[in-house]
Amino acid sequence: MSRLPAGQRHTVQFALNGKPCGGEAEPRMLLTDFLRHEIGATGTHVGCEHGVCGACTVEIDGKLARACLTLAVQVDDCEVRTVEGLAPASGSLSILQAAFKRNHALQCGFCTAGILMSLDHFLRETPRPSEQEVRDLLTGHLCRCTGYTPIVRAAMEAAAEMAGDKSREKSDA
Amino acid sequence: MKPAAFDYVRAEHLDEVLAGLAHQGGDTRIIAGGQSLMPMLNMRLARPRTLIDIMRLPELARIERKNGNITVGAGVRQATLLAWPELGEALALVAQALPWTGHVQTRSRGTVCGSIAHADPSAELPLVLCALDGEVHLRSAKRRRRVSARDFFAGMMATTRADDELIEAVSFPADQRRCAFREVARRHGDFAIVACAAVATQDGVRLAVGGVADMPVTREFPQLESGALDDALNSFAYELGARDDVHASARYRRDLVRLIGADLIREVLP
Repeated sequence: MSRLPAGQRHTVQFALNGKPCGGEAEPRMLLTDFLRHEIGATGTHVGCEHGVCGACTVEIDGKLARACLTLAVQVDDCEVRTVEGLAPASGSLSILQAAFKRNHALQCGFCTAGILMSLDHFLRETPRPSEQEVRDLLTGHLCRCTGYTPIVRAAMEAAAEMAGDKSREKSDA
Repeated sequence: MKPAAFDYVRAEHLDEVLAGLAHQGGDTRIIAGGQSLMPMLNMRLARPRTLIDIMRLPELARIERKNGNITVGAGVRQATLLAWPELGEALALVAQALPWTGHVQTRSRGTVCGSIAHADPSAELPLVLCALDGEVHLRSAKRRRRVSARDFFAGMMATTRADDELIEAVSFPADQRRCAFREVARRHGDFAIVACAAVATQDGVRLAVGGVADMPVTREFPQLESGALDDALNSFAYELGARDDVHASARYRRDLVRLIGADLIREVLP
């Protein structure tokens, strides 16, 4: 058993986008704040802080998670993946990110990091999704700019491109 | 919105959990997936002195099928149960209701027992546990006991769990009877405005309703003529004591109980 007393900072170490990373956190520190303020990884956004808006969605050990509903101390020894891990190299975009850009699937961009994480995970598990499945996934996110239609279109295009279909005319979203 | 300070305990043995609860159960909260508790902590609606994390205990992460019961341990995530290959055949009602519990992004972390411990009156898993007449397995350092769903829920986010008790598991009777589930919410995955579950019984239907009263309510309906059934559902809808809130009026909720109730009862009757 390990007891981490309140009010003290404790070492937290995990892999962030495949690279070892660490810092110190009080038990009450949320993973969102740890990523942004301790690590300086500000790609993960903080919206509602009670799990509803989806802006802070990340992957922990290969599963989607709200970083605002996770304590930093809970991810000790885990593998965390954030929006910073999506692009294959600095200055380039992943297929999904490029589809977002092409389709204007973001305006203010506040919700985008979380939506990209959800869709990236989902498209790996569901390579040929139906539009309904994409819309169902998006119920876990709030976007107040786009009306979701361009996001659905971008997701369908990215899925088609990843599956090797370049026609990009599968979706009538 | 940040949690107040607490000690965080990462349990490696079940005994440590039970000892912690025995020592200061009233000031201790168990954290599993955190999808119900973390919002309560962030909003400071809960301010425990100690948080005990049970997610590194493999003995709690099991789904077991024995003697006609499916027992789901406290560490089993909702997504894990949903992906369990036997779910559709063994627990058709759970298979229907679980996709309505939260979103993909919360089911991946949230546990089955955690939702039941939280006892939100609109939540699907407490409703289904009541509809199937399942049991909650409670364990303290001193004793183990099983409580039927109908005796477990005690009101709005209130249960009969004692402060020193851990919800070790919940069990659902494996069920091949006809059943149906339906829910109305503002968005798929949001808490239900009204959710109903119906299960065929020996001489009729058991209907469970969530989202209206301050906990799930079940009622047995015998096989009735259509007019008599509508009257019985109307009385039931009023007895639930629906209230107006920002999501829906009491009248709308009663209407949903009457309409969904009648549909589901007709669906599951032979």
